[in-house]
Amino acid sequence: MTQSEPAGQPRRSPLLPVHERLGATLTEFAGWQMPLRYDSEIAEHRAVRTAAGMFDLSHMGEIAVTGADAGAALDYALVGQPSALVPGRARYTMICAADGGVLDDLIVYRLSDAEFLVVANAANTAVVSRELSGRAGGFDAGVTDRTADYALIAVQGPNAAAILAPVTDIDLAGVKYYASHDAVVCGRPVLLARTGYTGEDGFEMFCRPEDAEPLWDGLTAAGAEQGLVPAGLAARDTLRLEAGMPLYGNELGPDVTPFDAGLGRVVKLDKPGDFVGRAALAQRAGQPPRRVLAGLTVRGRRIPRHGYPVLWDGQARGAVTSGAPSPTLGLPIAMAYLDSDVGELAEAQAGADAGDTRLSIDIRGRGEPADLVTLPFYSRRR
Amino acid sequence: MTVPEQLRYTAEHEWVAIDGRTASVGITEHAADALGDVVYVSPPTPGTKVTAGEPCGEIESTKSVSDLYSPVDGEVTDVNADIEDDPGQVNSDPYGAGWLFKVRLDDEPPSDLLTAEQYAELISAEG
Repeated sequence: MTQSEPAGQPRRSPLLPVHERLGATLTEFAGWQMPLRYDSEIAEHRAVRTAAGMFDLSHMGEIAVTGADAGAALDYALVGQPSALVPGRARYTMICAADGGVLDDLIVYRLSDAEFLVVANAANTAVVSRELSGRAGGFDAGVTDRTADYALIAVQGPNAAAILAPVTDIDLAGVKYYASHDAVVCGRPVLLARTGYTGEDGFEMFCRPEDAEPLWDGLTAAGAEQGLVPAGLAARDTLRLEAGMPLYGNELGPDVTPFDAGLGRVVKLDKPGDFVGRAALAQRAGQPPRRVLAGLTVRGRRIPRHGYPVLWDGQARGAVTSGAPSPTLGLPIAMAYLDSDVGELAEAQAGADAGDTRLSIDIRGRGEPADLVTLPFYSRRR
Repeated sequence: MTVPEQLRYTAEHEWVAIDGRTASVGITEHAADALGDVVYVSPPTPGTKVTAGEPCGEIESTKSVSDLYSPVDGEVTDVNADIEDDPGQVNSDPYGAGWLFKVRLDDEPPSDLLTAEQYAELISAEG
Protein backbone atom coordinates (compact mmCIF):
# COMPACT_ATOMS: atom_id res chain seq x y z
CA MET A 1 0.00 0.00 0.00
CA THR A 2 2.44 2.66 1.16
CA GLN A 3 5.30 1.78 -1.14
CA SER A 4 6.61 5.31 -1.44
CA GLU A 5 9.82 6.41 0.32
CA PRO A 6 9.67 9.59 2.35
CA ALA A 7 10.44 12.54 0.11
CA GLY A 8 9.90 16.27 0.13
CA GLN A 9 7.95 17.50 3.12
CA PRO A 10 8.47 15.59 6.38
CA ARG A 11 5.52 13.57 7.64
CA ARG A 12 3.65 15.12 10.52
CA SER A 13 2.71 13.38 13.72
CA PRO A 14 -0.89 14.10 14.71
CA LEU A 15 0.68 15.45 17.93
CA LEU A 16 2.81 18.07 16.14
CA PRO A 17 0.53 20.94 17.27
CA VAL A 18 1.00 19.74 20.86
CA HIS A 19 4.77 19.75 20.52
CA GLU A 20 4.69 23.23 19.03
CA ARG A 21 2.46 24.43 21.85
CA LEU A 22 4.97 22.97 24.36
CA GLY A 23 7.87 24.78 22.66
CA ALA A 24 9.67 21.59 21.65
CA THR A 25 12.86 21.65 19.62
CA LEU A 26 11.85 19.68 16.55
CA THR A 27 14.06 17.51 14.40
CA GLU A 28 13.60 15.61 11.21
CA PHE A 29 13.92 11.93 12.02
CA ALA A 30 13.45 9.23 9.37
CA GLY A 31 11.34 11.59 7.30
CA TRP A 32 9.18 12.71 10.23
CA GLN A 33 9.09 16.01 12.05
CA MET A 34 9.45 14.91 15.69
CA PRO A 35 10.32 16.45 19.07
CA LEU A 36 14.02 16.18 19.93
CA ARG A 37 13.57 17.74 23.38
CA TYR A 38 11.12 20.00 25.13
CA ASP A 39 13.60 21.68 27.47
CA SER A 40 16.56 19.81 28.94
CA GLU A 41 17.03 16.29 27.57
CA ILE A 42 18.99 15.36 30.70
CA ALA A 43 16.08 16.43 32.91
CA GLU A 44 13.72 14.42 30.68
CA HIS A 45 15.98 11.38 30.96
CA ARG A 46 16.09 11.67 34.76
CA ALA A 47 12.31 12.08 34.94
CA VAL A 48 11.88 8.74 33.14
CA ARG A 49 14.32 7.03 35.54
CA THR A 50 12.75 8.48 38.70
CA ALA A 51 9.11 9.32 37.85
CA ALA A 52 7.75 9.15 34.30
CA GLY A 53 8.08 10.57 30.82
CA MET A 54 5.65 10.68 27.90
CA PHE A 55 6.84 10.18 24.34
CA ASP A 56 5.24 10.69 20.94
CA LEU A 57 6.28 7.67 18.88
CA SER A 58 3.83 8.17 16.04
CA HIS A 59 6.69 7.87 13.53
CA MET A 60 7.01 4.15 14.30
CA GLY A 61 5.61 1.91 11.58
CA GLU A 62 2.55 -0.27 12.18
CA ILE A 63 2.04 -3.09 9.69
CA ALA A 64 -1.00 -5.33 10.00
CA VAL A 65 -0.63 -8.98 8.96
CA THR A 66 -3.99 -10.73 8.86
CA GLY A 67 -5.51 -13.94 7.56
CA ALA A 68 -5.77 -17.62 8.32
CA ASP A 69 -2.06 -18.13 7.53
CA ALA A 70 -0.79 -14.88 9.09
CA GLY A 71 1.20 -16.72 11.77
CA ALA A 72 2.76 -19.09 9.26
CA ALA A 73 3.61 -16.20 6.93
CA LEU A 74 5.40 -14.37 9.76
CA ASP A 75 7.24 -17.55 10.78
CA TYR A 76 8.59 -17.66 7.22
CA ALA A 77 9.28 -13.91 6.98
CA LEU A 78 10.93 -13.34 10.39
CA VAL A 79 13.62 -15.09 12.45
CA GLY A 80 11.23 -15.68 15.36
CA GLN A 81 8.10 -17.78 15.66
CA PRO A 82 5.11 -15.44 15.98
CA SER A 83 2.69 -18.35 15.36
CA ALA A 84 3.63 -19.61 18.84
CA LEU A 85 2.44 -16.40 20.50
CA VAL A 86 -0.91 -16.54 22.23
CA PRO A 87 -3.27 -13.65 21.43
CA GLY A 88 -2.46 -10.70 23.68
CA ARG A 89 1.27 -11.42 23.82
CA ALA A 90 4.16 -9.77 21.98
CA ARG A 91 7.74 -10.62 21.08
CA TYR A 92 10.91 -8.76 20.12
CA THR A 93 12.18 -10.19 16.82
CA MET A 94 13.97 -9.32 13.59
CA ILE A 95 13.52 -9.49 9.85
CA CYS A 96 16.67 -10.59 8.04
CA ALA A 97 17.84 -10.75 4.43
CA ALA A 98 18.68 -14.10 2.84
CA ASP A 99 22.35 -13.53 3.81
CA GLY A 100 21.39 -13.16 7.49
CA GLY A 101 21.85 -9.37 7.63
CA VAL A 102 19.31 -7.50 9.75
CA LEU A 103 16.72 -5.49 7.80
CA ASP A 104 14.99 -4.28 10.96
CA ASP A 105 14.26 -5.16 14.55
CA LEU A 106 10.58 -5.42 15.34
CA ILE A 107 7.99 -6.01 17.98
CA VAL A 108 5.25 -8.37 16.86
CA TYR A 109 1.96 -8.24 18.75
CA ARG A 110 -0.53 -11.06 18.29
CA LEU A 111 -3.92 -9.38 18.58
CA SER A 112 -6.09 -12.42 17.77
CA ASP A 113 -5.74 -15.81 16.08
CA ALA A 114 -5.60 -14.30 12.60
CA GLU A 115 -4.34 -10.77 13.33
CA PHE A 116 -0.82 -9.54 14.06
CA LEU A 117 0.60 -6.03 14.39
CA VAL A 118 4.25 -5.64 13.39
CA VAL A 119 5.92 -2.48 14.73
CA ALA A 120 8.91 -1.36 12.68
CA ASN A 121 11.41 1.49 12.89
CA ALA A 122 10.27 4.59 11.02
CA ALA A 123 13.23 4.53 8.65
CA ASN A 124 12.53 0.90 7.72
CA THR A 125 8.74 0.79 7.57
CA ALA A 126 8.55 0.88 3.77
CA VAL A 127 11.21 -1.84 3.41
CA VAL A 128 9.62 -4.07 6.05
CA SER A 129 6.17 -3.63 4.55
CA ARG A 130 7.47 -4.48 1.08
CA GLU A 131 9.43 -7.51 2.32
CA LEU A 132 6.51 -8.82 4.36
CA SER A 133 4.19 -8.46 1.35
CA GLY A 134 6.63 -10.36 -0.86
CA ARG A 135 7.33 -13.08 1.68
CA ALA A 136 3.62 -13.57 2.44
CA GLY A 137 2.97 -14.25 -1.24
CA GLY A 138 2.36 -17.98 -0.93
CA PHE A 139 0.22 -17.71 2.21
CA ASP A 140 -3.38 -16.85 2.96
CA ALA A 141 -2.29 -13.59 4.60
CA GLY A 142 -2.63 -9.90 3.83
CA VAL A 143 -0.03 -7.25 4.67
CA THR A 144 -1.11 -3.62 5.12
CA ASP A 145 0.99 -0.63 6.16
CA ARG A 146 -1.29 1.06 8.67
CA THR A 147 1.19 3.62 10.01
CA ALA A 148 -1.09 6.50 9.04
CA ASP A 149 -3.99 4.92 10.96
CA TYR A 150 -2.20 5.02 14.32
CA ALA A 151 -0.65 7.49 16.67
CA LEU A 152 1.59 5.99 19.36
CA ILE A 153 2.09 7.45 22.81
CA ALA A 154 4.40 5.89 25.41
CA VAL A 155 4.37 6.53 29.15
CA GLN A 156 7.57 5.17 30.66
CA GLY A 157 9.01 5.19 34.14
CA PRO A 158 8.46 3.81 37.65
CA ASN A 159 5.27 5.89 38.05
CA ALA A 160 3.77 4.83 34.70
CA ALA A 161 1.34 2.28 36.14
CA ALA A 162 0.22 4.64 38.91
CA ILE A 163 -0.48 7.36 36.35
CA LEU A 164 -2.49 5.11 34.04
CA ALA A 165 -4.43 3.10 36.63
CA PRO A 166 -6.99 5.82 37.48
CA VAL A 167 -7.67 6.70 33.81
CA THR A 168 -8.09 3.24 32.28
CA ASP A 169 -10.86 0.66 32.44
CA ILE A 170 -8.57 -2.37 32.75
CA ASP A 171 -6.55 -3.82 35.63
CA LEU A 172 -2.93 -3.06 34.71
CA ALA A 173 -1.69 -5.85 36.97
CA GLY A 174 -3.18 -8.18 34.36
CA VAL A 175 -1.05 -6.67 31.59
CA LYS A 176 2.33 -8.38 31.89
CA TYR A 177 5.58 -7.25 30.30
CA TYR A 178 5.29 -7.78 26.52
CA ALA A 179 1.52 -8.22 26.70
CA SER A 180 -1.14 -6.08 25.07
CA HIS A 181 -4.81 -5.45 25.72
CA ASP A 182 -7.67 -3.46 24.22
CA ALA A 183 -8.42 -0.70 26.70
CA VAL A 184 -10.00 2.70 27.16
CA VAL A 185 -7.58 5.35 28.42
CA CYS A 186 -8.83 8.87 29.20
CA GLY A 187 -12.03 7.92 27.38
CA ARG A 188 -10.26 6.93 24.16
CA PRO A 189 -9.98 3.40 22.76
CA VAL A 190 -6.38 2.19 22.57
CA LEU A 191 -4.30 -0.91 22.17
CA LEU A 192 -2.37 -0.81 25.43
CA ALA A 193 0.93 -2.69 25.55
CA ARG A 194 3.45 -3.08 28.35
CA THR A 195 6.47 -2.48 26.15
CA GLY A 196 9.08 0.23 25.82
CA TYR A 197 12.59 1.27 24.92
CA THR A 198 13.84 2.94 28.07
CA GLY A 199 14.76 0.16 30.52
CA GLU A 200 11.84 1.16 32.76
CA ASP A 201 8.38 -0.20 33.34
CA GLY A 202 5.97 1.49 30.99
CA PHE A 203 3.20 1.34 28.45
CA GLU A 204 2.73 2.08 24.79
CA MET A 205 -0.69 3.12 23.55
CA PHE A 206 -1.70 2.79 19.91
CA CYS A 207 -4.65 5.04 19.17
CA ARG A 208 -6.52 6.68 16.31
CA PRO A 209 -4.77 9.85 15.11
CA GLU A 210 -7.78 11.98 16.03
CA ASP A 211 -7.65 10.66 19.60
CA ALA A 212 -3.94 11.40 20.07
CA GLU A 213 -4.22 14.98 21.28
CA PRO A 214 -7.02 14.41 23.81
CA LEU A 215 -5.22 11.29 25.03
CA TRP A 216 -1.94 13.23 25.44
CA ASP A 217 -3.73 16.02 27.29
CA GLY A 218 -5.61 13.56 29.51
CA LEU A 219 -2.41 11.74 30.40
CA THR A 220 -0.63 15.04 31.07
CA ALA A 221 -3.34 15.91 33.60
CA ALA A 222 -3.31 12.39 35.09
CA GLY A 223 0.47 12.53 35.51
CA ALA A 224 0.77 16.05 36.87
CA GLU A 225 1.08 14.91 40.49
CA GLN A 226 3.31 11.97 39.53
CA GLY A 227 6.15 13.92 37.93
CA LEU A 228 5.19 13.06 34.34
CA VAL A 229 7.01 15.23 31.78
CA PRO A 230 7.01 15.19 27.99
CA ALA A 231 10.24 13.61 26.72
CA GLY A 232 11.83 13.80 23.28
CA LEU A 233 13.93 11.60 21.04
CA ALA A 234 17.21 12.82 22.59
CA ALA A 235 16.21 11.40 25.99
CA ARG A 236 14.84 8.26 24.35
CA ASP A 237 18.25 7.62 22.79
CA THR A 238 20.25 8.01 26.03
CA LEU A 239 17.67 5.90 27.91
CA ARG A 240 17.87 3.01 25.46
CA LEU A 241 21.67 3.24 25.35
CA GLU A 242 21.94 2.99 29.16
CA ALA A 243 19.58 0.01 28.96
CA GLY A 244 21.91 -1.64 26.41
CA MET A 245 19.20 -1.79 23.75
CA PRO A 246 20.35 -1.76 20.11
CA LEU A 247 19.30 0.95 17.66
CA TYR A 248 18.87 0.12 14.00
CA GLY A 249 21.44 2.06 11.98
CA ASN A 250 23.88 2.00 14.90
CA GLU A 251 24.19 -1.50 16.40
CA LEU A 252 22.02 -3.18 13.75
CA GLY A 253 22.13 -3.03 9.96
CA PRO A 254 22.24 -5.13 6.81
CA ASP A 255 25.93 -5.99 7.42
CA VAL A 256 25.19 -7.25 10.95
CA THR A 257 23.61 -10.58 11.87
CA PRO A 258 21.60 -11.02 15.08
CA PHE A 259 24.50 -13.10 16.40
CA ASP A 260 26.99 -10.23 15.93
CA ALA A 261 24.74 -8.04 18.07
CA GLY A 262 24.64 -10.65 20.83
CA LEU A 263 20.98 -11.29 20.01
CA GLY A 264 21.27 -14.78 18.54
CA ARG A 265 18.54 -15.87 20.96
CA VAL A 266 15.93 -14.21 18.71
CA VAL A 267 16.82 -16.60 15.86
CA LYS A 268 14.61 -19.68 16.26
CA LEU A 269 16.56 -22.22 14.25
CA ASP A 270 14.51 -25.02 15.84
CA LYS A 271 11.17 -23.75 14.52
CA PRO A 272 9.49 -25.92 11.88
CA GLY A 273 9.72 -24.94 8.23
CA ASP A 274 12.02 -22.70 6.28
CA PHE A 275 12.43 -18.99 6.85
CA VAL A 276 14.25 -16.22 5.01
CA GLY A 277 17.87 -16.25 6.12
CA ARG A 278 17.77 -19.71 7.71
CA ALA A 279 20.70 -21.24 5.83
CA ALA A 280 23.02 -18.27 6.39
CA LEU A 281 22.03 -17.90 10.04
CA ALA A 282 22.38 -21.62 10.77
CA GLN A 283 25.91 -21.50 9.40
CA ARG A 284 26.63 -18.35 11.36
CA ALA A 285 25.27 -19.87 14.60
CA GLY A 286 27.86 -22.63 14.46
CA GLN A 287 30.85 -20.32 14.02
CA PRO A 288 32.79 -18.41 16.64
CA PRO A 289 31.83 -14.72 16.40
CA ARG A 290 34.10 -12.44 14.37
CA ARG A 291 33.18 -9.47 16.49
CA VAL A 292 31.31 -8.78 19.69
CA LEU A 293 29.10 -5.95 20.81
CA ALA A 294 30.64 -4.48 23.95
CA GLY A 295 29.82 -1.82 26.53
CA LEU A 296 32.51 0.75 27.26
CA THR A 297 32.89 3.53 29.80
CA VAL A 298 35.34 6.39 29.27
CA ARG A 299 37.57 7.57 32.11
CA GLY A 300 37.71 11.17 30.84
CA ARG A 301 34.85 13.46 30.00
CA ARG A 302 34.94 13.70 26.21
CA ILE A 303 32.08 11.86 24.54
CA PRO A 304 32.61 8.90 22.20
CA ARG A 305 30.35 9.12 19.17
CA HIS A 306 29.16 6.86 16.36
CA GLY A 307 32.03 5.68 14.15
CA TYR A 308 34.95 6.60 16.42
CA PRO A 309 37.69 3.91 16.39
CA VAL A 310 38.22 1.74 19.47
CA LEU A 311 41.90 1.03 20.10
CA TRP A 312 43.66 -1.88 21.81
CA ASP A 313 47.26 -0.99 22.59
CA GLY A 314 46.82 1.95 20.24
CA GLN A 315 45.67 -0.15 17.26
CA ALA A 316 42.17 0.26 15.83
CA ARG A 317 40.32 -2.98 16.66
CA GLY A 318 36.73 -1.84 16.70
CA ALA A 319 34.34 1.07 16.32
CA VAL A 320 31.80 2.89 18.42
CA THR A 321 28.20 2.31 17.35
CA SER A 322 26.51 4.61 19.90
CA GLY A 323 27.95 6.95 22.50
CA ALA A 324 26.58 9.53 24.89
CA PRO A 325 27.06 11.14 28.26
CA SER A 326 25.15 8.88 30.66
CA PRO A 327 22.96 10.97 32.97
CA THR A 328 22.55 8.02 35.37
CA LEU A 329 26.22 7.00 35.57
CA GLY A 330 27.59 10.53 35.22
CA LEU A 331 30.22 9.51 32.69
CA PRO A 332 30.51 8.91 28.95
CA ILE A 333 29.32 5.49 27.77
CA ALA A 334 29.41 3.71 24.44
CA MET A 335 28.47 0.53 22.69
CA ALA A 336 31.04 -0.69 20.18
CA TYR A 337 31.85 -3.65 17.98
CA LEU A 338 35.23 -5.13 18.89
CA ASP A 339 37.19 -7.85 17.12
CA SER A 340 36.30 -10.93 19.16
CA ASP A 341 39.88 -11.62 20.30
CA VAL A 342 40.09 -8.06 21.63
CA GLY A 343 36.73 -8.57 23.31
CA GLU A 344 38.17 -11.58 25.15
CA LEU A 345 41.37 -9.76 26.11
CA ALA A 346 39.40 -6.76 27.32
CA GLU A 347 37.14 -9.01 29.37
CA ALA A 348 40.16 -10.62 31.01
CA GLN A 349 41.55 -7.18 31.75
CA ALA A 350 38.25 -6.02 33.21
CA GLY A 351 38.26 -9.09 35.45
CA ALA A 352 41.72 -8.20 36.75
CA ASP A 353 42.35 -5.10 38.85
CA ALA A 354 41.35 -1.74 37.45
CA GLY A 355 44.62 0.04 36.86
CA ASP A 356 46.00 0.85 33.46
CA THR A 357 43.80 -0.01 30.56
CA ARG A 358 44.94 -1.12 27.11
CA LEU A 359 41.57 -0.07 25.72
CA SER A 360 40.93 3.45 24.48
CA ILE A 361 38.64 5.35 22.13
CA ASP A 362 40.07 7.65 19.50
CA ILE A 363 38.11 10.82 20.17
CA ARG A 364 39.05 13.17 17.34
CA GLY A 365 42.71 12.19 17.30
CA ARG A 366 43.31 11.65 21.01
CA GLY A 367 43.06 8.24 22.66
CA GLU A 368 40.84 8.44 25.73
CA PRO A 369 41.30 5.51 28.15
CA ALA A 370 38.20 3.30 28.37
CA ASP A 371 37.01 0.25 30.28
CA LEU A 372 34.92 -2.72 29.19
CA VAL A 373 31.74 -3.15 31.22
CA THR A 374 28.96 -5.73 31.11
CA LEU A 375 25.83 -4.59 29.28
CA PRO A 376 23.44 -3.11 30.15
CA PHE A 377 24.90 0.01 31.76
CA TYR A 378 21.71 0.37 33.75
CA SER A 379 19.01 -2.05 34.87
CA ARG A 380 16.11 -1.06 37.04
CA ARG A 381 15.47 -2.60 40.43
CA ARG A 382 12.51 -4.93 40.17
CA MET B 1 15.82 34.74 22.45
CA THR B 2 18.05 37.13 24.43
CA VAL B 3 20.78 39.10 22.62
CA PRO B 4 22.19 41.61 25.14
CA GLU B 5 22.76 45.06 23.65
CA GLN B 6 26.16 45.74 25.28
CA LEU B 7 27.90 42.63 23.88
CA ARG B 8 29.59 41.95 20.55
CA TYR B 9 29.09 38.73 18.58
CA THR B 10 30.55 36.43 15.94
CA ALA B 11 28.88 34.48 13.17
CA GLU B 12 30.10 31.35 15.02
CA HIS B 13 27.72 32.31 17.87
CA GLU B 14 30.25 33.48 20.44
CA TRP B 15 29.67 36.63 22.47
CA VAL B 16 32.43 38.99 23.63
CA ALA B 17 32.39 41.52 26.47
CA ILE B 18 35.24 44.00 26.06
CA ASP B 19 36.47 45.72 29.21
CA GLY B 20 39.62 47.73 28.53
CA ARG B 21 42.23 45.20 27.36
CA THR B 22 40.25 42.17 28.55
CA ALA B 23 37.68 40.25 26.50
CA SER B 24 35.35 37.76 28.18
CA VAL B 25 33.97 35.10 25.84
CA GLY B 26 31.01 32.75 25.91
CA ILE B 27 28.44 31.23 23.57
CA THR B 28 25.09 32.84 22.85
CA GLU B 29 21.74 31.70 24.14
CA HIS B 30 20.83 30.84 20.55
CA ALA B 31 23.88 28.54 20.32
CA ALA B 32 23.24 26.97 23.72
CA ASP B 33 19.62 26.24 22.78
CA ALA B 34 20.69 24.69 19.49
CA LEU B 35 23.26 22.45 21.20
CA GLY B 36 20.95 21.19 23.93
CA ASP B 37 22.39 20.29 27.31
CA VAL B 38 26.07 21.15 27.40
CA VAL B 39 27.92 18.33 29.17
CA TYR B 40 31.58 19.24 28.76
CA VAL B 41 33.60 22.27 27.72
CA SER B 42 37.26 22.07 26.83
CA PRO B 43 38.35 25.74 26.80
CA PRO B 44 41.83 26.91 25.82
CA THR B 45 44.24 26.77 28.78
CA PRO B 46 45.57 30.01 30.31
CA GLY B 47 48.71 31.17 28.54
CA THR B 48 47.47 29.95 25.14
CA LYS B 49 47.72 32.41 22.25
CA VAL B 50 44.41 32.56 20.40
CA THR B 51 43.62 34.01 17.00
CA ALA B 52 40.32 35.53 15.92
CA GLY B 53 38.29 33.09 13.85
CA GLU B 54 40.44 30.07 14.75
CA PRO B 55 39.21 27.06 16.77
CA CYS B 56 40.57 27.10 20.34
CA GLY B 57 38.52 24.51 22.18
CA GLU B 58 35.50 22.21 22.12
CA ILE B 59 32.02 22.22 23.51
CA GLU B 60 30.12 18.94 23.86
CA SER B 61 26.41 18.39 24.27
CA THR B 62 24.39 15.19 24.48
CA LYS B 63 23.99 15.05 20.72
CA SER B 64 27.01 16.83 19.23
CA VAL B 65 30.46 18.34 19.57
CA SER B 66 31.37 21.77 18.24
CA ASP B 67 34.53 23.81 17.99
CA LEU B 68 34.90 26.92 20.10
CA TYR B 69 36.27 29.86 18.12
CA SER B 70 38.15 32.77 19.58
CA PRO B 71 36.52 36.05 18.57
CA VAL B 72 39.73 38.02 19.26
CA ASP B 73 43.53 37.88 19.08
CA GLY B 74 45.40 37.63 22.37
CA GLU B 75 46.45 35.44 25.27
CA VAL B 76 44.08 33.45 27.42
CA THR B 77 44.31 34.68 31.02
CA ASP B 78 41.49 32.85 32.74
CA VAL B 79 38.95 30.06 32.25
CA ASN B 80 35.69 29.55 34.09
CA ALA B 81 36.51 26.66 36.43
CA ASP B 82 32.89 26.37 37.60
CA ILE B 83 31.92 25.15 34.12
CA GLU B 84 34.00 22.05 34.65
CA ASP B 85 31.76 20.96 37.55
CA ASP B 86 28.52 22.37 36.19
CA PRO B 87 28.56 22.75 32.39
CA GLY B 88 24.77 23.21 32.52
CA GLN B 89 25.44 26.87 33.42
CA VAL B 90 26.19 27.41 29.75
CA ASN B 91 22.50 26.62 29.11
CA SER B 92 20.99 28.26 32.19
CA ASP B 93 23.00 31.50 32.17
CA PRO B 94 24.96 31.78 28.90
CA TYR B 95 25.78 35.49 29.29
CA GLY B 96 26.60 35.33 33.01
CA ALA B 97 27.74 32.32 35.04
CA GLY B 98 28.19 30.41 31.77
CA TRP B 99 31.11 32.52 30.49
CA LEU B 100 33.95 30.36 29.16
CA PHE B 101 37.31 32.17 29.01
CA LYS B 102 39.04 35.58 29.14
CA VAL B 103 41.62 36.93 26.71
CA ARG B 104 44.13 39.79 27.15
CA LEU B 105 43.85 41.59 23.83
CA ASP B 106 46.96 42.04 21.69
CA ASP B 107 45.45 45.04 20.01
CA GLU B 108 42.13 46.67 19.32
CA PRO B 109 39.29 44.12 19.02
CA PRO B 110 38.52 43.05 15.43
CA SER B 111 36.37 45.59 13.64
CA ASP B 112 34.16 42.90 12.11
CA LEU B 113 32.55 41.78 15.39
CA LEU B 114 28.78 41.98 15.11
CA THR B 115 26.57 44.32 17.08
CA ALA B 116 23.58 42.89 18.94
CA GLU B 117 21.32 44.14 16.17
CA GLN B 118 23.44 42.49 13.47
CA TYR B 119 23.62 39.21 15.39
CA ALA B 120 19.87 39.19 16.00
CA GLU B 121 19.38 39.62 12.25
CA LEU B 122 21.80 36.77 11.54
CA ILE B 123 20.00 34.27 13.78
CA SER B 124 16.56 35.26 12.54
CA ALA B 125 17.80 34.74 8.97
CA GLU B 126 19.08 31.28 9.98
CA GLY B 127 15.62 30.49 11.33
